[in-house]
Amino acid sequence: MALVDRIGEGLERLGGGVILTSVDALVDWSRGQSLWAFPMGTACCAMELIAASFSKFDFDRLGTFPRPDPRHTDVMILAGTITEKMKPAVRRLYDQMPEPKWVVAMGNCTVSGGIFYYDTYSVVRGADQFLPVDVYISGCPPRPEALQDGVLQLRELVRMRSLAPGKRYERELALPRPEDASYSNEDPNPPSAGLEGGDAS
Amino acid sequence: MSLDIESRSSTLSDDGMPVEELVVNVGPSHPSTHGVGRVVVHLDGDVVVKADPVIGYLHRGIEKMSENRTYLQIVPLTDRLDYVGSMYANWAYCRAVERLARMRVPERAEYLRVIVCELQRIASHMMGIGASAADTGAFTAFVYAFDLRERVVELFEALCGARLTYNYVRPGGLSSDAPDGWEESVVDFVHALPRKLDELDSLFFGNAIARGRMKGIGVLSAQDAIAWGATGPTARASGVNWDLRKHDPYSVYPRMDFDVVVGERGDAYDRNRCRLLECYESARIVEQAVAQMHGGPVHAEGVPRLIQPAPGDAYDQIESARGTLGVYLVSDGSPRPYRMHVRSAAFANLALLPMLAKGHTLSDLVVVLGSLDPVFGEIDR
Amino acid sequence: MTQDEMTALIARIRTHNADLYPLFSLEFGDAVVGVAPEELSSTACDLREAGFDRLTMVTAVDRGETFELVYRLHSRSLTASIFVKTVVRRDDPHIASVYDVWPAANWQEREVFDLFGIVFDGHPDLRRILMPYDYEGHPLRRDFEHPNIIRRPDYI
Repeated sequence: MALVDRIGEGLERLGGGVILTSVDALVDWSRGQSLWAFPMGTACCAMELIAASFSKFDFDRLGTFPRPDPRHTDVMILAGTITEKMKPAVRRLYDQMPEPKWVVAMGNCTVSGGIFYYDTYSVVRGADQFLPVDVYISGCPPRPEALQDGVLQLRELVRMRSLAPGKRYERELALPRPEDASYSNEDPNPPSAGLEGGDAS
Repeated sequence: MSLDIESRSSTLSDDGMPVEELVVNVGPSHPSTHGVGRVVVHLDGDVVVKADPVIGYLHRGIEKMSENRTYLQIVPLTDRLDYVGSMYANWAYCRAVERLARMRVPERAEYLRVIVCELQRIASHMMGIGASAADTGAFTAFVYAFDLRERVVELFEALCGARLTYNYVRPGGLSSDAPDGWEESVVDFVHALPRKLDELDSLFFGNAIARGRMKGIGVLSAQDAIAWGATGPTARASGVNWDLRKHDPYSVYPRMDFDVVVGERGDAYDRNRCRLLECYESARIVEQAVAQMHGGPVHAEGVPRLIQPAPGDAYDQIESARGTLGVYLVSDGSPRPYRMHVRSAAFANLALLPMLAKGHTLSDLVVVLGSLDPVFGEIDR
Repeated sequence: MTQDEMTALIARIRTHNADLYPLFSLEFGDAVVGVAPEELSSTACDLREAGFDRLTMVTAVDRGETFELVYRLHSRSLTASIFVKTVVRRDDPHIASVYDVWPAANWQEREVFDLFGIVFDGHPDLRRILMPYDYEGHPLRRDFEHPNIIRRPDYI
């Protein structure tokens, strides 16, 4: 990302190995770069979660490394249907994660119940009924690339909630709906515009 | 990993030392329970006295949902049953509907069904072996096995557009014919497969640590396998020569030349090794099926969109990667089934866990569980 | 096993039983024998002796006033399979367990108990299996109502 690109330039210009930045900028940057994931794989999406971590898609290159212990992790990836019987266990594991923590809802089941919305007596219709979800990824199941895109979106979110209160900023990450005033067919977030906001400068 | 000490009861050992039976809760979110399995284990020191599997953490009520869906709308639900091998549940369900509504399936569709199901067997067994490898600490073997599975998934993606939930087999045939050049890529894959399986064989099964962890662990006798309703590689590893493809043949399997892999000792090693050797046989079947297949339609003529079978019931079964997968359908003459029941192989196999894990250490419990290859979507339904 | 042999076998089994329940037809290629609920244990023993050593499936169907219980048996030596059907009354759903004959019935009967509320007398460990232990109601009964259910709109 931006800071990494500047390290080489900066070193060359300074002629030495000294980088000056603020602590909060460094913390924000590093926190976003290595989001260790707690893979809460309950059903079908867990297969794509495993696929995303393995050789072809290689989640590690994005700094996301699955750890089976909630106490080691920053982000809980909910992959698969959550039933009423499973709900207390998921909540308990979420409570065991250290702050700051984020939740990625992977797949339609955790977004809204998906295919198990109607006629069933045991499925929780969306993880946001009992957990604060930060990123929603639709699909049944989503492709591994979609999950990786979701984690990249989460990085942006981490930077928005900066360690320094003065550097926090708000930006609409979700696409606007047709009834919103800001709706247009153009890309609402051009890649060059917002990404620099929270970086060290 | 969640380890809860639920209760302690103190007794005295033979030499008068106080001994506490420890109750350890493994799961429902545990990397070695292959999903949302939970086992309440009673331990004497490190030895399992009693293991009580607690299931139902993925019970989504698919059987209840089916009562308010038309016959065609249930096919996507069957995808989510056994998510490691979606094609099997598709096919088993469609066979039951075809039997109930007396449909005939074109020959090309039957061949393509055999091809996708044998490819699915390779993919599913790779997942099963890989997960067992990860349980015994051989993570590299897991990566190798999963890479092979990824190749199959790519073939399926070319075939029907989905990586995991295929919705490919439909009552009366298939959703679509194979695209141009697909058969050639399948043949290329199965030609290259044996060499890759050899590599996995020496990497994992040739490893002294893996052999030490798996040999003699969780021994299942042939008698118990039959009495407890075990099927698939779990039963065959114990010497039960029983494979629906051979002994109760369906579809075009009678035209295929293949061997049933049968083990001897019935331990965790044999169960996993049976899975590996079955992949070689699957490659043989796929090769023959592609060679025998002719052109033609892949969907039966005159199948209505709204299937309304006559009142009655029907059961049909296929040999899935985990064993006998049967679907029981009851019709009352309406467009929706009155009752659908899935006879799940993984459910019957997991019932063996209390018997197999007894007397082993806690670390061997996960080896036994992994060798039964549970998929909780199919167990809990 | 030929159809004649199967018919002879069913006739032999049925001599033990009351004629209350008619012989179901060999519908869709499967042999079906119907037995009275109180005869289930003895029929199970007879079939086990006849060579049906595998119990593939146990399930139930809600028929309103009664529950229909369906057992599917298989024999490797005879290369044959057979369905055994029996009924229990809805207001008194009790039936003998076949766990002693085929241990495979263990979890499958627990599942039927959990989802239909049919009590299997003589089962060693009759607890709920899929739903939580403290759950109320039996979901696969046709009249099961739960506040969590949202009915799907009728499109057809």
